[in-house]
Amino acid sequence: MDDLLSEFLTETNESLAELDVELVQLEQNPNDQELLGNIFRLMHTIKGTCGFLGLPRLESVAHAGENVLGKVRDGEIEVTPEAVTLILESIDQIRVLLEQLEATEAEPEGEDTDLIARLNAFADGGGAAAATPAEESAAAPAEAAAEPAEADAAEAPGDAAGGDSGEVSLDELEAAFQAAKGPEELAAEAAAAEADEKAEDASAEAAPEEAPAAAAESKPEAKAEPAPAKPAPAPAKAKAKEAAPAADGKKEGSVANQSLRVNVDVLENLMTMVSELVLTRNQLLQILRSQSESEFAAPLQRLNHVVSELQEGVMATRMQPIGNAWAKLPRIVRDLAHELDKKIDLVMKGAETELDRQVLELIKDPLTHMVRNSADHGLEEPADRLAAGKPETGTVILNAFHEGGHIIIEISDDGKGLSSEKIKKKCIDNGLVTEADLETMTEQQIQQIIFKAGFSTAAEVTSVSGRGVGMDVVRTNIEKIGGTIELTSVEGRGTKFVIKIPLTLAIVSALIVECACERFAIPQLSVVELVRASAHTEHTIERINDTPVLRLRNRLLPLVNLRDLLKLEKAAGLRCGEAAAEPVQAPVEVSAEAPAEAPAETAAEQVPAADAGEADSQAAAAGPEEEDDVFVVVAQIGNYSMGIIVDRVFDTEEIVVKPVAPILRDIQLFSGNTILGDGSVVMILDPNGIAASTGEISVVEGNEDAVKDRSTASRGDSVAMLVFRAVDDTPKAVPLALVARLEEIDLAQVEFSNGQYVVQYRGQLMPLILMEPGQQLESEGRQPVLVFVDRNRTMGLVVKEIVDIVEDRMNIELSSDRAGYIGTAVIGEKATDVIDAGYYLTQAFHDWFAAERGKSEEEGSGRRLLLVDDSPFFRNLLQPLLTVSGYEVVCAESADAAFELCEAGEDFDVIISDIEMPGMDGFEFAKKVTSDSRWADVPMVALSSFTNASDLERGRNAGFKDYVAKTDRDALLNTLQDTLTDLRGAA
Amino acid sequence: MSNGEQNSAETEQGAEDGAFAETEDFVTFVIADQLFGIPVLKVQDVLSAHNITRIPLAPPEIAGSLNLRGRIVTAMDVRLRLGLPSRRESVSMSIVAEHDGELYSLMVDSVGEVLALDGSAFERNPPTLDPKIRDYSVGIYRLDDKLLVVLDVNRLLDYERVQAA
Repeated sequence: MDDLLSEFLTETNESLAELDVELVQLEQNPNDQELLGNIFRLMHTIKGTCGFLGLPRLESVAHAGENVLGKVRDGEIEVTPEAVTLILESIDQIRVLLEQLEATEAEPEGEDTDLIARLNAFADGGGAAAATPAEESAAAPAEAAAEPAEADAAEAPGDAAGGDSGEVSLDELEAAFQAAKGPEELAAEAAAAEADEKAEDASAEAAPEEAPAAAAESKPEAKAEPAPAKPAPAPAKAKAKEAAPAADGKKEGSVANQSLRVNVDVLENLMTMVSELVLTRNQLLQILRSQSESEFAAPLQRLNHVVSELQEGVMATRMQPIGNAWAKLPRIVRDLAHELDKKIDLVMKGAETELDRQVLELIKDPLTHMVRNSADHGLEEPADRLAAGKPETGTVILNAFHEGGHIIIEISDDGKGLSSEKIKKKCIDNGLVTEADLETMTEQQIQQIIFKAGFSTAAEVTSVSGRGVGMDVVRTNIEKIGGTIELTSVEGRGTKFVIKIPLTLAIVSALIVECACERFAIPQLSVVELVRASAHTEHTIERINDTPVLRLRNRLLPLVNLRDLLKLEKAAGLRCGEAAAEPVQAPVEVSAEAPAEAPAETAAEQVPAADAGEADSQAAAAGPEEEDDVFVVVAQIGNYSMGIIVDRVFDTEEIVVKPVAPILRDIQLFSGNTILGDGSVVMILDPNGIAASTGEISVVEGNEDAVKDRSTASRGDSVAMLVFRAVDDTPKAVPLALVARLEEIDLAQVEFSNGQYVVQYRGQLMPLILMEPGQQLESEGRQPVLVFVDRNRTMGLVVKEIVDIVEDRMNIELSSDRAGYIGTAVIGEKATDVIDAGYYLTQAFHDWFAAERGKSEEEGSGRRLLLVDDSPFFRNLLQPLLTVSGYEVVCAESADAAFELCEAGEDFDVIISDIEMPGMDGFEFAKKVTSDSRWADVPMVALSSFTNASDLERGRNAGFKDYVAKTDRDALLNTLQDTLTDLRGAA
Repeated sequence: MSNGEQNSAETEQGAEDGAFAETEDFVTFVIADQLFGIPVLKVQDVLSAHNITRIPLAPPEIAGSLNLRGRIVTAMDVRLRLGLPSRRESVSMSIVAEHDGELYSLMVDSVGEVLALDGSAFERNPPTLDPKIRDYSVGIYRLDDKLLVVLDVNRLLDYERVQAA
């Protein structure tokens, strides 16, 4: 293709995309002159270039569009949705023409008379509305006459001059005229005169300097004419406004010269080369590591840095703001809103977040699809919204940000949410899932069904969505680039999708693991943590009917053994060391006895027989004890967590993902292969594929936790208690949620400082607290410790042994006045002392709580109390304390959660609320509660870490009855007492 | 490069027709005592033993993948592909060929010399040839002392065709 033409196409397409966005903005801010000026300029440039390249059809459409814009700019036509629609239509038409131009390299035949006529009619008609009728009647026909005259004029000199220089100057001339065009059109004679002038100028000898001259000439003339006709200074003003953007335009132009258009292929190639360079560098560094002293060390270090920088540099060239992928969305949403008769607000946050071009391209379509879905299916009709007590205008929020080497994109709407009932019905209708299966599924799981193929919730297929290519395609596309998608939805409140994708596809960080002497790479993106499981640590792999599971932080983690999954079982009849040293044929040899078709095991069984004597590790691996000492890679795929059992874990390595050979593409467990630093090839495992092969579809309890947390509410909830023994044999218990970790510390590491035992733990000094005063620690051996963490403070409680974790209702039957104990409860059918973690916290840090624990066991007499606090730590701390004082405590983690309880019809005698909370803070919460909710009369007590006079004042203004320091528990109990007494007195 | 491929494709075409008189160069190799040949223009490299990474779950004849100067090459045991029992001795050689932009290493028993063969000595597959070999064979060259089977690399590596069939 002609360079000039391809340049034109790229540039014009960019301008069109910009126009799309800006027009939609204009519709929202009709008075933004600067924006309008810019739009006009863009349209004008398109027209000008079309004329310059001799594309009359395009030019005429652009010209007609520009006409309307000109009138808008001059304030003759108001910015109405109709006007914008019409202009958008002309842009679409230009786009269509461009597409054909790109395909055929020639302007398509035909005319756009209809569109042009409508644009012209609008320009005239719209003008009539703004101008006085008398004036308009004269102007309209005159203008009509002027236009063809102008067009003729433009063409004639072009032919006459015949040379490029002539045409260029003509273009500029045209631009100059354009500046004076508004008034010109008002006065038909002026326009005609100008047209003549133009013809003369251009055909005579079109030197560029003449252009401004001509403009200058025509300007006063044009200005003079409308002045008497229209007293308003509008045109003059409009012109002044336009002058500024024009100047801006020049400045931008010079900036644009600083950048260079580079073909994407060039960049792609560059990236590939750099990837190879990175690999080679890794290889060199690996060699270097194995040599204690080498003269290559220094230059290699230098090379290392240069390559890293080069890699970053090349990556940077490929980075583009995600806003580029969003550019079309305002237009799409606007059109949708019109088509569906909804009011939709599209909020885009973090548009400047950068990500790799390749990734950007791949997520563009899924994103568009999802935004459409949100607007179409998610948001309700305005009437329904009003009925549901929501604002008429629905909001779709796009939010992008970086988080730990990934890009997170959230798409949320405040629409009707996903209806489980509808999904269920649809599933049964479509036969996707059986009714019986649905019965056993959780809400979460049901919602995930929308990611299945052949599912679309829209009752009727609209022109925008619901064609059955739905979320499954979105999911597949996102997974293809190693991303994950999660969904949360509350019926009646909206839906939120969270997409997590890697920054770049070319180079990823991967964890190298080993299983059955083979190494594999697992993309770091999906690895959450590593757990070492052996009989000697707290993590032991247990089996339910041969299915391995792991208890991890009070949850069961489903496990898959990579060995079984990859059928590696016994195939490796050699020790790892040998296998590595063995050349090529090792694997081939193993299957030597087997005919080609026979499964690998047949061959394998024979091999260990020969090797049995020496391969004791092998023998061990055969039995269930194989998990004696293994690693569990905890992977997160969407909402689903799963553990992958591997033999060994090496370090992480930057790898360049290469596609596997076509023969192997249908093995879904691999996403590619790569060459490691030592030059060997490893397969890259695809966690999505692994999850799929274990029969999971990203569905699982993963999110139930969050759901459960949110409504720690409901009374009599069972609480997980950690049961342990400290000094004597009486079992002691503490709510598990309070305990951050269970650790075993080496007593040799314990130091004595400032009157207490301390140990260095995760880069901090952690005080160790003994249950009994005067107790002494042994000087060596290992000691189990319960680690409590709040904010950045850590404390270890020394215990004798950890007995069990029991899930039970926390029912304290005997309250205790022993310091450090809350009371006695029956846990696991045994009388157990429930310890007061708060007491020990103050022992570790005297300022952890301001006051010593008092003995304020005033009876709360079964009063219901709502505790709103975002910190699970304090919720868990206060709940038992308040419970033991006789209150029935319900917790909520946020103001929103509290309102949900309000809506659910819960009633309380008193509300305690934290002040510093994410989202709605305590003051706002109190205001809202006291002003318009069922709970308006419920007394509220504020709870905060800070108390000073102004806070107190603010709290009272917001509607709090009292204000208590979070750490002052006596005060809290007293205040509650007082508040309730007041209430009783008042009643 | 593309030129070379085209040439070899043409000559292969010619070979199938069995009607050309010019000579063509073949890299010869032996599998299970049978002499085979691949047009020399198809061959990128000849390798001796190399470290191979096994690929779990892959078809049995895929021995694994290896690193050839920074490119990942998929290794195929031609014996297994041809339905022959796999070899007992551990040392073998490989011929690296390109197919569809991907490199493949064809593991054979041993690689012999490059022979320039006269088109007149070419014959189509005898109909009685073992179907497993016939599937991947273009035809037979009559050499003085033995017969050379011309392997069709494209068919050998084209799994889609097999699946489609």
